[in-house]
Amino acid sequence: MTRSLRLTATAVGFVAALVFGILLLIAIGAPPFEALGLIVEGSVGSLSKLSVTLLAWSPLILAAAGLVVTFAAGLWNIGVEGQVIVGAIAASWVARSIPGPVWAVVPATIVAGAIGGALWALLAGVLKTHGHVHEIFGGLGLDFVAAGFATYLVIGPWKRAGVASTSGTDIFREEAWMPEFEAFGVSWPVLPVLLGVASVIVVWLLLRGTLFGLKLKAVGSNTYSSYLRGIPTNRYLLGAFAIGGALAGVAGTVQVTAFHHKLVPAISGGYGFLAILVVLLAGFSAVAIAPIAFFFVAISVGSTQLDLRLGIDSAFGGVLQGVIVLFVLLAGGWAAKYGSNTLTPRKEP
Amino acid sequence: MSLEIRDIYKHFGPVRASDGVSITIQEGSLHGILGENGAGKSTLMKILSGFYSADSGEVILNGDVLDLSSPADAIAAGIGMLHQDPLVFLPMTVLDNFALGSPGTVRLDRTEVRKELERVSSELGFEFDPSRLARSLTIGERQQLSITRLMWLGAKVLIFDEPTTGISATQRLQLFDTLRKLAEHGLIVLFVSHKLEEVEDLCDSVTVIRQGKVVYEAEMPVPAETLVEKMFGKVFVVQGREAVPLGQPVLRLANIDLKEDTTHLENLNLEVASGEVVGLAGLEGSGQRALLRACAGLLEPASGSLELDGVSLTKASYRGHLAAGVHYLPAGRLEEGLIEGISITEHLVLASDDSTFFIDWKAARKVAETEIEDYSIKGTPSSSAEDLSGGNQQRLLLSMIPDEVKLLLLEHPTRGLDVESAAYVWTRLLARRAEGTSVIFASADLDELLRYSDRIVVFFAGEVFAVRDASGTDGEELGYLIGGKERV
Repeated sequence: MTRSLRLTATAVGFVAALVFGILLLIAIGAPPFEALGLIVEGSVGSLSKLSVTLLAWSPLILAAAGLVVTFAAGLWNIGVEGQVIVGAIAASWVARSIPGPVWAVVPATIVAGAIGGALWALLAGVLKTHGHVHEIFGGLGLDFVAAGFATYLVIGPWKRAGVASTSGTDIFREEAWMPEFEAFGVSWPVLPVLLGVASVIVVWLLLRGTLFGLKLKAVGSNTYSSYLRGIPTNRYLLGAFAIGGALAGVAGTVQVTAFHHKLVPAISGGYGFLAILVVLLAGFSAVAIAPIAFFFVAISVGSTQLDLRLGIDSAFGGVLQGVIVLFVLLAGGWAAKYGSNTLTPRKEP
Repeated sequence: MSLEIRDIYKHFGPVRASDGVSITIQEGSLHGILGENGAGKSTLMKILSGFYSADSGEVILNGDVLDLSSPADAIAAGIGMLHQDPLVFLPMTVLDNFALGSPGTVRLDRTEVRKELERVSSELGFEFDPSRLARSLTIGERQQLSITRLMWLGAKVLIFDEPTTGISATQRLQLFDTLRKLAEHGLIVLFVSHKLEEVEDLCDSVTVIRQGKVVYEAEMPVPAETLVEKMFGKVFVVQGREAVPLGQPVLRLANIDLKEDTTHLENLNLEVASGEVVGLAGLEGSGQRALLRACAGLLEPASGSLELDGVSLTKASYRGHLAAGVHYLPAGRLEEGLIEGISITEHLVLASDDSTFFIDWKAARKVAETEIEDYSIKGTPSSSAEDLSGGNQQRLLLSMIPDEVKLLLLEHPTRGLDVESAAYVWTRLLARRAEGTSVIFASADLDELLRYSDRIVVFFAGEVFAVRDASGTDGEELGYLIGGKERV
């Protein structure tokens, strides 16, 4: 499929999704253009809202960048959600238990988050390479374990003094918060954004310019050929899991040390699963995830306004995101089926 | 009733697999479709049976133009196909396999279906135990089951694609009887093969296909020489190779036992000298692949020892074999050799595997350009492996063989290639051999085996049946040996 055809298909998918969203709003009796206007206004309508959107954008592109690596290796890393959560737990542990100044504690939380996410991902990886458990099932199982573990910590060992509540642990000491920077009267999440952007660049370089990246793509495309070429395929698969999990873990760190400043049961904010949608929409390209993720968080952040102003549940944002992914993938699928000049043979059953 | 194939065109990228094919076949005819590997027989049959859609052209059965956009359409129209590997669901019983694909969706009356199975199979002279698992059937019995099912579904045209591959001699006789009986009952039977003898034995009429075109049509009998000439275009003269003095033994297999699937090679002894070319002959699945895989380190021998240059590799891993100087090129070029979605340049980077972390793409591209030139690959450095034709994929694979290789293992190195590419592949392989590399290759092409081997090992039914010096044997003898008989 040519590039222009793919871009056209993506545009057509977006427009179709938008039309569908408008029809949906009409069907539930809401003024569609006002609602869409509110989403835009609520996400990028002011500097402070833009700052909130950027803070949400960072963990999403971190997790998505990690997924680009695992997808390159041909892996469906559904366990990314759990890797975000375990990263958050590991970072929380450091934030809660290690004293020190901000320049020491914050890097330590980031490293801890990366290690936590990587280990959780490696667990899914070892289950695949040595236990022959497909990464989708292993990952999904580990997602539930991680979520349960976070809840257990919040209402159990790490509960607030005297009260066991699912609203979260005690707020961390401020030395464990990712620092913010004031400008134009708004505080900006500079460190999370830097981490996110750096992850995209590193992943892009890794896959484009290195032998490791090329071998990873080879393993992802045809594991058996790669094995015959002499590539240690299991090691590469585990490597992809580790990198993907580490980046997801840093996303979890951002969630606890830059956003909530404490551990809450729903710490991942669903960013792991959302990142899967982002990467699918980006066609597995590292560069494309940045704008697409921004668009997605803008919808998420902006749709909270719907609840306040129009009485529409903010879940509408999630519906819109899902619809966009479905329509764009559908348009891409049709373009691939009917748009190419050379007829490809039908796959035999 | 007649089947008319009219002006069928089908392209795969630049390859014209069907290039305006028209054939008319009358009812009650056993019609042979002959052609060498890659001539376009299978594509045409897959169009007839609805697996591929033709780019243009029509299939007309009994005056009706058929819409063949899926195998279900073809079966509904009365065209059934028996594949080389019978499409049978192994974990299911004979009865359930039979019932599959029957019209209707919800209700399955097993008692009724069982009666039908008994009725149709007894008409055909087959016997089945309906409750047996398909897994336990021989290939021949699986064919019979497929035939029974297709007949029950109302097939008027039956296509047999190389049906004698992998079945025993008795089953072959039985199959031929069945085919004759089917034709007598007024069916149109298409028998696709590249085996002359079978077509001579069996068919009433024949169509020869070469490079996607019909080049010859005749009523049988026709002299074999004519068919050979039409199939290959020109008659090959087997040229004697330059004699290369053989060196010291490089590979030594002693008392090797190999078990893989149905293959069970026992007590195999083989020495291959430096610079020697050993051809492995035999029907597909007779043990050649198991031997190659064992030499490559992909199949650990149950017992015995394997040495390369005096170093034992019996228990070594695949990567250990690679490091010792073994290189294996399996038959599936795109499945077990190249990697889809990755360019020629990237393949060569993977093959060179120098330990730099960052890739110098400029230099890599230059290397790719040189190799493309050297190996006359039709493609650009950024062409993806899947966009190359079979011949060019094989050239790319050859260019990826490391310089220092002691033992080259090849499975069907020229299968599906045009004559020029095949000759080119062997020019390269013989150059390797002249440098002292030992070559072991499996092939189904007797000509290739005779022309390029020093020695030929013939496999039959999972055993080494005979070993011959290539200079002391001929195609006829090999044919007998492959069929499990000594020449009388």
